[in-house]
Amino acid sequence: MRGRDDDWTDWMRSANAGDEAAYRRLLLSVAPVLRAGARRGLARAGQPPDQAEDIVQDILLAVHLKRHTWKVDAPFAPWLFAIARNKLIDALRRRGRRVFVNIDDFAEVLPGAEPAETLPAGELATHLAGLPARQREVLQSIAVESVSIRDTARKMAMSEGAVRVALHRGLAKLASQLRKE
Amino acid sequence: MDTDRLIRTLAADAAPRRPVGLWLTAALLLALPVAALILLSSIGLRPDIRSAMRTPLFDLKFVVTLALAIPALAISLHLSRPEATLHGRGWWLLAPLVILALGAAAEMAMPGRPPMGARWMGHNAMLCLSVIPLLALPILAAALLALRQGAPSRPALAGAVAGLLSAGLAATLYAAHCIDDSPLFVATWYTLATALVTAIGALAGARWLKY
Repeated sequence: MRGRDDDWTDWMRSANAGDEAAYRRLLLSVAPVLRAGARRGLARAGQPPDQAEDIVQDILLAVHLKRHTWKVDAPFAPWLFAIARNKLIDALRRRGRRVFVNIDDFAEVLPGAEPAETLPAGELATHLAGLPARQREVLQSIAVESVSIRDTARKMAMSEGAVRVALHRGLAKLASQLRKE
Repeated sequence: MDTDRLIRTLAADAAPRRPVGLWLTAALLLALPVAALILLSSIGLRPDIRSAMRTPLFDLKFVVTLALAIPALAISLHLSRPEATLHGRGWWLLAPLVILALGAAAEMAMPGRPPMGARWMGHNAMLCLSVIPLLALPILAAALLALRQGAPSRPALAGAVAGLLSAGLAATLYAAHCIDDSPLFVATWYTLATALVTAIGALAGARWLKY
């Protein structure tokens, strides 16, 4: 039987071959599972669920920046949940909680389970303001104003390559600031 | 920033990325000549290296140090993946100790060997203890820099294995200078030097390899 995990693995394989649409489909499909797992982990640690979205975004950034550590011949879900667990533990530790993360907080989320409502996330927006000007402007253009890379390049009088570099560096910087916090 | 926007942004940055193995290979190819140059330009090779190369205990040192460096390299790469554990692979790291034990037993059977205390203390234990870590530092720094591309679930452990890798390579270089070939000497002083580098690797890993 082909299930959710097989779809993920296929999409990730296409994504690593440069298929942007498959990559986006993959991230959109894992986000609700991560959200439910993050809420479950927070609840277990006696924490309110209002940080769940920050944790989800932290996990998505790590998945993105570390996607080359996934092996094409390995299933995607165990790799994803290992990152998710790591980030959940980090988030709980930063808040000074003793950490009991259940191995299955993420893996046990059933496909088709009632989707958790998306809560506002604040951490990324805060850190966005601290980026170097060029990276911030590129990220704002692409993320907030939904301008394509090509149009961002034209608007800012940069080459498309330079926009891509600024975008990647900006994302890496955001992740490292989340880690330092 | 809401999560859908973040996802759209990540998808825009979907260009393929280079694997950790490529970074680590490049780092070692750059750092090894540096360490070799440090050795050659300071204390150099042992003067009798040509005749030493025909003695089994001299050659055994390289077998031991490479039996540490090669598995440590493979395990370093393995541990750079988020879902990886040491389970089922950690015992590879015992290979150099097994080889040393066999070497020590073989030396016992050799005729005309010097007394045990002399073989154990060797000629220059302090040099061994300082030069191996010194040569290992540039290698360790380069390896850690490359491994930052990875995502180890236990950064201190990943750093420690990178320390073993660096110490193994540094000891391979130092072995060409060292005039003490007894497995007892190697088991004691090379091991102590390796432990030091491993501890440095663990501390640095805990700081730098966290993702």
